Amino acid sequence: MGNNPVLEEKILTKRESKKGSAQPARSPRFDFNWAWLGVAPFFLFALAFLFLPSFSIVVRSFQGVDGSFTFKNIIAILTESDIINAYQASLSISVITAIGGGFFGFLLAYAVILGGMPRGMRTFMVTFSGVASNFAGVPLAFAFIATMGNAGLITRWIEAIFEINVRQMGFSIYTIWGLSIVYMYFQFPLMVLIMAPALDGLRREWREACENLGGSAWQYWRYVAFPILLPSILGTMILLFGNAFGAYATAYAFSGSFINLVTILIGAQIQGDVLYNPGLGNALALGMIIIMSVCMFGYAYMQRKTSRWVR
Amino acid sequence: MKKPNIWAWFILVIGLIYFFLPLFSVFEFSLRMIKGTYSFEAYRVAFTDPAFFSHFGYSLLWALLTISVSLLLVVPTAYWVHWRLPRVRPVIEFITLMPFVVPAVVLTFGLIRLYAQPPILLIGSPVLLIAGYVVLSFPYMFRAVDTGLRAMDVRTLTEAALSMGAGWGTILAKVIFPNLRVAILSGIFLTFAIVMGEFTFASLLSWPAFGPYMEEIGAMRAYTPQAMAVISFLLTWASIGLFQWIGRGAPGQEQVAGAH
Repeated sequence: MGNNPVLEEKILTKRESKKGSAQPARSPRFDFNWAWLGVAPFFLFALAFLFLPSFSIVVRSFQGVDGSFTFKNIIAILTESDIINAYQASLSISVITAIGGGFFGFLLAYAVILGGMPRGMRTFMVTFSGVASNFAGVPLAFAFIATMGNAGLITRWIEAIFEINVRQMGFSIYTIWGLSIVYMYFQFPLMVLIMAPALDGLRREWREACENLGGSAWQYWRYVAFPILLPSILGTMILLFGNAFGAYATAYAFSGSFINLVTILIGAQIQGDVLYNPGLGNALALGMIIIMSVCMFGYAYMQRKTSRWVR
Repeated sequence: MKKPNIWAWFILVIGLIYFFLPLFSVFEFSLRMIKGTYSFEAYRVAFTDPAFFSHFGYSLLWALLTISVSLLLVVPTAYWVHWRLPRVRPVIEFITLMPFVVPAVVLTFGLIRLYAQPPILLIGSPVLLIAGYVVLSFPYMFRAVDTGLRAMDVRTLTEAALSMGAGWGTILAKVIFPNLRVAILSGIFLTFAIVMGEFTFASLLSWPAFGPYMEEIGAMRAYTPQAMAVISFLLTWASIGLFQWIGRGAPGQEQVAGAH
C-alpha cells in the first residue's frame, strides 16, 4: 500500500483534517478561524438531529428503569429468545439478499456492459436500476403481494395450470424467503448501479496485455479482472447487507409483524412499549447501530482497495 | 466481446421478467375492481377520495419543506467547505453518509426518546419529521452538490468575482448557483422521490403522509391501494427519470460556467 500515491494523499488529508478539527485556531491562541462559522449551522443540525439521538440511544442502553447504570439491557438482548430470533431473522435476510442480490446484480451488470448488448439497452438498464433501487416501501410490498400473494398473478396462474389450491397446501410467502424475494427488487439494481461503472473501468489494455502474454479468457478473469473487481464486489455486498438490515417499511407493509425483524421490533417498541422495558428498546437499537457501523467500516475499507485500480 | 452473448441475453431476460412481473401484476390487479372486466374504476375511486388528496398534499408539503431545509443547509456548507475549509470536506461527507449507519427506524427511536419529553418538546410540530427527512436526503443532496462544486473551480471563480467587487449575494446568485443548477436539480428530484414514498418516519411519528395512507387503506380495501402503488411507482419513475435525464452527460463533470 505504501507505493500508492492516491492512497497516501487520502491518508494525509485525513490526518490533516483531524488536526484541523482538533485545533480550529490557525495560529496559537486568541486567533479564532472565523471560517468555521460558515459550517456551524450544518454541524449544529447534525448534532441535534443525528448525533444526539444516536448518542442518547447508546447512553440509555446502559440505563435501568430507574436511570442507574446497568448491563442488564445488553445481557438481555444477548439472551432473550424473542430478541435473538429477531436478530437471526434480520441477519439471515440480509445475508441471503446481499449474496443473492450481489450475484445476480453482478451477472446482470456483466451482461449489460460486456455482453455485447446494444447501447440503448445498457442506458435503459442503468436508468431502470436507479428507479428500482429507490422503489422500496409500501408500493413495492403491494406489487409483490399482487404477484405472489393469495390472489396474486403467479398464484392464480399456478392454480389454474395445476388445478391446486396453493394456500391449502400450507405454502406461504410471508416467510424469510418470501421477504427475501421482495428485498431483492431493490438489492440487485443497487449492485448493477455500482458494478456497471466498475466493469466499465476494466481497461482494454489489461485484457490485451493478458492476451499478449498468452493468457486465455479464463486466465484473464481469474488473475486480472476478478482480483481487480473483488474489493468492489465485496464492498457493494456489504452495502447490500446494511441496506437490507436497516429496511423497515417494505417488511412492515409486506408481512405486518409476521416476520419479527429487528426493525419491526423497534417500530413496535416506538408505538407502544411491547418489550415492557424502555431500556431494552435502546439496547436493540444500539445493536443495529453497531452492526451498521461495522458494515460501513467494511465498505470504506473495500472502497479504498477498489480505488487502487478502478476509479 | 463483440458478438451478442447468448448467456448475456438469457440473464437479461430473467432480470427483465423479475423487474416487470411485479409491476405488471400490481397494475393488472388494480384494473380488476369491476368483476369480469378490466377498468380504471380503482383509479377513479382513488382520485375521488378526498383523503387521498389531503395525504398526498401533506407529502408534497413535507417534500417541499425538506428540499428547502436541505438546500439551505447543504449548498452553503458545501460551497463554504470547497472555498475556505477543504480539509473539513471528508468530515462533512462522513456526516452526510450517517443515514446509512443509523437506519430510519433507529433514528426515529432516538429522536422520539430525546425530544418527546421535557426539557425539549418537539413532538407536537413536524420539526422531527422534517429533520429526519433532511438527514435522509443528506447523502443524495451533498453528493450531487459536491460533484457539481468539484467540477467547477470554486476558488478562482469566487476570487475573480470578489476582485471585481461582487458581494456575497451576487457571487452566490450569479456565479455559484448557475453552475450548480444541474446538481441542485438532481438533488431536488432525488429528495422528492424519497420523501413522497417515505413510510417509516411519517408512520412512527404519526404524521399524515402518502406512504402511511397507502399502507392503512391497503389493510382495509383492495384494488385502490394497488392503484396507488402504480401511481407511486410512476411518481418515482418520473422523478428519478428526470434526475437521470438532467444529469445525463454532465452529472457535474462539465463546467456550465462561462456562457451564463
